[in-house]
Amino acid sequence: MSSIAIHSEGLSKRYRLGTSAPYSTLRESLPALLRRAGRRARTIGTNGFEANSFWALREISFEVEHGEVIGVIGKNGAGKSTLLKILSRITCPTEGRATIHGRVGSLLEVGTGFHPELSGRENIFLNGAIMGMRKTEIASKFDEIVAFAEVEQFIDTPVKHYSSGMYVRLAFAIAAHLEPEILIVDEVLAVGDLAFQQKCLGKMSEVSRGGRTVLFVSHNMAVVERLCQRCIVLHQGRISYQGETPKAIHHFYNEIFVANRADGHVFDFDEAAHRYSTVGRLLKRIELYSEDDLPVLEGIRIGAGLKLKVYFDLPGPTRSFDMGVGFNNAFGQRVFTAHTLFEPSRPSGELEGPQVFVCDIPSFALMPGVYNMFIWMDINHQEADRVNQAAQITVLESDYYGTGKAPWNGECVLPHHWYLEQPAQVGC
Amino acid sequence: MRVEELSLTTTIIQPRKGLWDLDLKSLWEYRELLYFLVWRDVKVRYKQTALGVAWAVLQPLMATFIFSIFFGRLARIPSDGAPYPVFAMVGLVPWQFFANALTQSSNSLVASQNLITKVYFPRLIIPLATVIAGLVDFFFAFIVLIGMMFYYGIKPGVSVVMLPLYVLLAVLSALAVGLWLSALNVEFRDVKHTVPFLSQFWMFATPVVYPSSLVPAKWRVWYGLNPMVGVVEGFRHALLGRATTPGPMIWVSAGAVMVLLLGGLLYFRKMESTFADVV
Repeated sequence: MSSIAIHSEGLSKRYRLGTSAPYSTLRESLPALLRRAGRRARTIGTNGFEANSFWALREISFEVEHGEVIGVIGKNGAGKSTLLKILSRITCPTEGRATIHGRVGSLLEVGTGFHPELSGRENIFLNGAIMGMRKTEIASKFDEIVAFAEVEQFIDTPVKHYSSGMYVRLAFAIAAHLEPEILIVDEVLAVGDLAFQQKCLGKMSEVSRGGRTVLFVSHNMAVVERLCQRCIVLHQGRISYQGETPKAIHHFYNEIFVANRADGHVFDFDEAAHRYSTVGRLLKRIELYSEDDLPVLEGIRIGAGLKLKVYFDLPGPTRSFDMGVGFNNAFGQRVFTAHTLFEPSRPSGELEGPQVFVCDIPSFALMPGVYNMFIWMDINHQEADRVNQAAQITVLESDYYGTGKAPWNGECVLPHHWYLEQPAQVGC
Repeated sequence: MRVEELSLTTTIIQPRKGLWDLDLKSLWEYRELLYFLVWRDVKVRYKQTALGVAWAVLQPLMATFIFSIFFGRLARIPSDGAPYPVFAMVGLVPWQFFANALTQSSNSLVASQNLITKVYFPRLIIPLATVIAGLVDFFFAFIVLIGMMFYYGIKPGVSVVMLPLYVLLAVLSALAVGLWLSALNVEFRDVKHTVPFLSQFWMFATPVVYPSSLVPAKWRVWYGLNPMVGVVEGFRHALLGRATTPGPMIWVSAGAVMVLLLGGLLYFRKMESTFADVV
């Protein structure tokens, strides 16, 4: 008995392309069948089928150990859902094989099979059974489920009279009490109001700490970052990376999101459109790096370190020169300016020729979004060169606060803490 | 490693191989789900109807009433010596079970689309549950039938002991046809439009409103290829005791059901792996 929970070997899934309709009618498909039969007879040896199909998944091999929480990330259409559907046995692979040791519970959505005419109580039993719970198991967890969903008063009311919030809470509560050895989860956290989402997330962390094996698909990097130790990155049906979560997320953003621009972190000013040079074209280019000196190809996570390298020329021996980089948000509003004037230990002495100014921003704590960078250079307190809209940087959603909640609202992110004042001190 | 992990179930996921891999034991593993789906169908069927479960009884009664007037009184169709209303009702009770099961189960997979695309379980459970749920209606209609027999003073003979077998035959017939139609309906929605016509046609190919003795003797064995012929004849034989012993016709029907059922199972299993992609 090994400690492997899921062993996947070359899983592949091919879908047929063709009619746009999800299902066919006899009238359409009879001639097609005949044609296909005819074609097959005539073109034996050539693979006519390949042309009409595409591989949603190709050669997926990985292993998940018992107790591991593993994330599956990738863009839409990368094959994430197909992989989950195969592992939860909803659909069959075309090739390959997966071996799963343990009872699998899959949550591709919550509330599957809820019937509007049935009461909350009846739906708990029905949905539980659909999810693979035993009747006795449901009965023993019944009170807990009802309490978690906060629907005690309405438990005997048909769920069609529930508010959408209550409905979703009940649905999630049942799902949350599923206790298979291996849990396969798809985006179910995106339900309910914020408070309930928080509760769900808490439950998920509890589940993942409880030694359960979890395979978790999500678009929400903040949640993935918090819950998963390891991630599989899918791209165009193949595994493009698997490894520790931070590296996988980095890979996902930089390698896949950026669509293969290897020099995406370099912004050259040779052909800059918005250039205003009084002394000359002194600014050459800017390069963006992460705190560990990796090129920033698509973006950085909230609060991650950012290193700017500005390449410039000093036309003659110069003692006094300064540089500024401004960040404007999508609305053209300046949200932050980094300037050498604010640097206590500025370089002194005369310099000449090509130089590189490095600006270290230990925590770039702006809200997710795209920021436009403006760069200018002063010589002897006079503007010598300026490039407006010189470069862009994207801040990506992430779990800045370590709570699994991506920050929202506002322009910047600041560390902060909340606590209640001790009762004795209130009203003093 | 904890000891309990030693007993972990192992699932192997791979492309489906082999025509004969019916995997009926997974049905047993999921028996509780089958129970809940039947229970749901029964519970929901007459929700928000004013008459509720009375519909289960009204349908065959109304049909019996109408048939008694048109076929019994006006057309004077023979009824093997039994009062025509009882004769018709005995045929209608199993027939309507079959016809309802046919309609419900042929649409069952498509109607359960949300389950099929989100959760794994043996898909056979879905048409099976609709057929079994239909037995509840059958039960109520059957009670009324017994009342009617009392009213007309008809006592079944010893052959009544065979009745459970005929009920089983009816269930298997409904399931066999349901498997075919439900699986076909996933890919070809033409089925939905065919079913009302099919069930009407089928009723007249079954001795519901007329006795099978009207069919020329040399054709009767072929006639038995329609499984419902055996079922209805069986019911009449078991309850009215007047029809001649069905004999070879029953065996032909039973054989036809077995072939239809096995074919349905194989076809269903073959299509099952793609239901989630196609539905």
